[in-house]
Amino acid sequence: MRRSIVSRFAGLFATLGVAGMFMLHGAPALAQETGAAGQPMVGAPQAWALGLQPAGGAVKEAIHDFNQLVLWIIVIITAFVGVLLAWVVWRYRVAANPVPSRTSHHTLLEVAWTVLPVLILVVIAIPSFRLIYWEDRAVDAELTVNVTGRQWYWHYAYPDQGNFAYDSYPIQEADLKPGQLRNLTVDEPLVIPVDTNIRVITTGQDVIHSFFVPSLGVQKYTIPGRTLETWMRADRVGTFYGQCNQICGTNHWFMPIVVRAVPKAEFEAWAAAAKQRFAQEGGSSPVLATAAAPAEAGAQLAELRR
Amino acid sequence: MATASNTHDTHGHGHHDHTPGFVARWFFSTNHKDIGVLYLIFAVISACVGVGLSLLMRMELQSPGLQFFADGQMWNVAVTAHGVVMVFFVIMPALIGGFGNYFVPIMIGAPDMAFPRLNNISFWLLVPALMLAVGSLFVGGAGTGWTLYPPLSNSTYQSGMGVDMALFALHLAGASSILGAANFITTIFNMRAPGMTLHKMPLFVWGMLVTAFLLLLSVPVLGGAITMLITDRNFGTAFFDPAGGGDPVLFQHLFWFFGHPEVYIMILPGFGIISHVLSTFSRKPIFGYLGMAYAMVAIGVVGFVVWAHHMFTSGISVDTRAYFMAATMVIAVPTGIKIFSWIATMWGGSISFKTPMLWAIGFVFLFTVGGVSGVKLANASVDVILHNTYYVVAHFHYVLSLGAVYSIFAGFYYWIGKMSGKQYPEFWGQVHFWMTFVGVNLTFFPMHFLGAQGMPRRYPDYPDAFAGWNMVASIGAYISVASFLVFLYVCYRTFTSKEQAAANPWGEGATTLEWQVSSPPPFHTFEELPRIR
Repeated sequence: MRRSIVSRFAGLFATLGVAGMFMLHGAPALAQETGAAGQPMVGAPQAWALGLQPAGGAVKEAIHDFNQLVLWIIVIITAFVGVLLAWVVWRYRVAANPVPSRTSHHTLLEVAWTVLPVLILVVIAIPSFRLIYWEDRAVDAELTVNVTGRQWYWHYAYPDQGNFAYDSYPIQEADLKPGQLRNLTVDEPLVIPVDTNIRVITTGQDVIHSFFVPSLGVQKYTIPGRTLETWMRADRVGTFYGQCNQICGTNHWFMPIVVRAVPKAEFEAWAAAAKQRFAQEGGSSPVLATAAAPAEAGAQLAELRR
Repeated sequence: MATASNTHDTHGHGHHDHTPGFVARWFFSTNHKDIGVLYLIFAVISACVGVGLSLLMRMELQSPGLQFFADGQMWNVAVTAHGVVMVFFVIMPALIGGFGNYFVPIMIGAPDMAFPRLNNISFWLLVPALMLAVGSLFVGGAGTGWTLYPPLSNSTYQSGMGVDMALFALHLAGASSILGAANFITTIFNMRAPGMTLHKMPLFVWGMLVTAFLLLLSVPVLGGAITMLITDRNFGTAFFDPAGGGDPVLFQHLFWFFGHPEVYIMILPGFGIISHVLSTFSRKPIFGYLGMAYAMVAIGVVGFVVWAHHMFTSGISVDTRAYFMAATMVIAVPTGIKIFSWIATMWGGSISFKTPMLWAIGFVFLFTVGGVSGVKLANASVDVILHNTYYVVAHFHYVLSLGAVYSIFAGFYYWIGKMSGKQYPEFWGQVHFWMTFVGVNLTFFPMHFLGAQGMPRRYPDYPDAFAGWNMVASIGAYISVASFLVFLYVCYRTFTSKEQAAANPWGEGATTLEWQVSSPPPFHTFEELPRIR
């Protein structure tokens, strides 16, 4: 239903015959095509790209639809204002129109340019309202991950898989392997199963950071003393890159996020191995236990409020 | 007030346009025109700092890797200083203190501002404020962004005096703004010449009136927020520290309760200037005057109830997001009224393309671009992936750097002959416009693309995929900086010009009161109050 409303509006505008305008705005690159089916997808910024990063899941796809609608509207409005200005400047230059008119009122016109924008805003607002409520919370989340932003790395915990947790550090430029992306690669990505609604619980420990993965359409601050909830879903197997998106000190620019979406069976195997691996590495650390506890309480609270 | 001045005039104790000596005139000034000039000089000096910082930042971002900045902290300090200097020490002093002080009393036919000494202290508070802000750069600075969000801005994460000095700079600048605002409100309500009803007031005065109310109601909230931050930093309180029962998100609410009206504070006086310039050079009265005036009032009122659209990812509840999204989009309506009324003002006119008019037409188009990207950002649903990215940077530079700054230059070229008595060189004025137009668009338009691709703001280094558009933006910035040098040359040419500016160089289109007096106006503008029919 939600999608159909969006696409109906998009269709309406498409039939208005303004496709040429869109081409001017660089349409081919506006929605990047994802790789062929079966190939692992890479959700990362592209050189010289004009539009949004490709969608790795349902949330981002819905954002693309909505973004498309708004982009059409604002491009048309801007072009309209530009054409009016160009016409006025040409037609009413002093050489072409030496005697100015004294008109300073036109009630109908003034009512029109008040009411029409209101209608346009309603056209934008209806799908937008639907989308924010849908984006807000996961329906039937099968998995919860706790995300903690720390100066300057990420800490991930899996309360449903035995409550193991680990840190995700960025890889320095000198240590990159060929093909790895500079400033975007980490040692331990956040691993999630594909085709699964995943509840993301964020909290902070030192300063505010922001967990931001553009290709999955997810962003939430990690705020000390607060537990926030959002969700994401990857519908394609692949690697999705993001970066900390709230100024957090000297290495703000160097705390990338990598989300790796894998088939469900592979995820189960990874989780089982990870439980062993990180239990041994971090078992003695009291930080892990204290960090996981409030987040878990937050998950229960979120569950109660739904 | 008007009656009192009349009595004073008729008594006539020696009104020979007596000008005080240099020190008394410029340091103990009680003359609104002199104080306005001081504000403008101050804004140009601050602009050199702000532009210098942006040049450094664009040099760093020109290619991937850290080149000119030692580390991210130094970068964050530069970003913060650029924002604070441009907002509080360039745009506000130029538009409000400069043009506001100079032209509001003249336009309403008042002999001066209501409280001339208050006016003087408003200006002189800004000087130590700027010294503190720039001084903080040399003692570690504030690596927090101009939004100053705790916990990053508290003493654990930003030790040293840098943040404290920046906060006291904001306090002083805020006090200056509050006093100035009280002065403008009193002046506009009480000192209009006989016949100058509210509905006959020039639109620039309307813009200043709304701006003054926004300042008076919003700046004290910033004052409260940063006072709490100062005590958190220095006296062990925990207003914003969750470990002590405080809340970091509270600061965000307080900051943006000030911060959002602040963006309208920076643009409303500009709206007024643009209306005058378009009307003058189209030789046509302003179209839909009342709609224009009340659109500004509406923007001012609604501007107070939209602040949390800066916080869509801060964890505010989904119903709250829905409200703030709807309220924010409502602002597009009065803004649309203004854009279309400006075009209608030009429609049917007889337009001549002097430099001020070029800036005004450029303003109308580029402000539209910045406005529509604002409509997109208003939608929390898509702001999820655009919040804090370069899309936001592009948006607010289109409305500020290409909006407010264009209106400052429109005002400068429109009024510099009036203020200095010397006319600017038309050729160099147009060179300045076209260079700036190319430069700023080349700088800021590609930032939409970077933001859509997810490049976060306040990054000194970025993934290699962002390199292309960053290079383009940096080239644009170099052109913009060069155009700023052209502006300084225009100033030099203007002030060394031998040509005396006429009382009204713009002809019949210029109808407001400042064009009735000589260029420059006499030290005491009106010996007798003008009567407005």
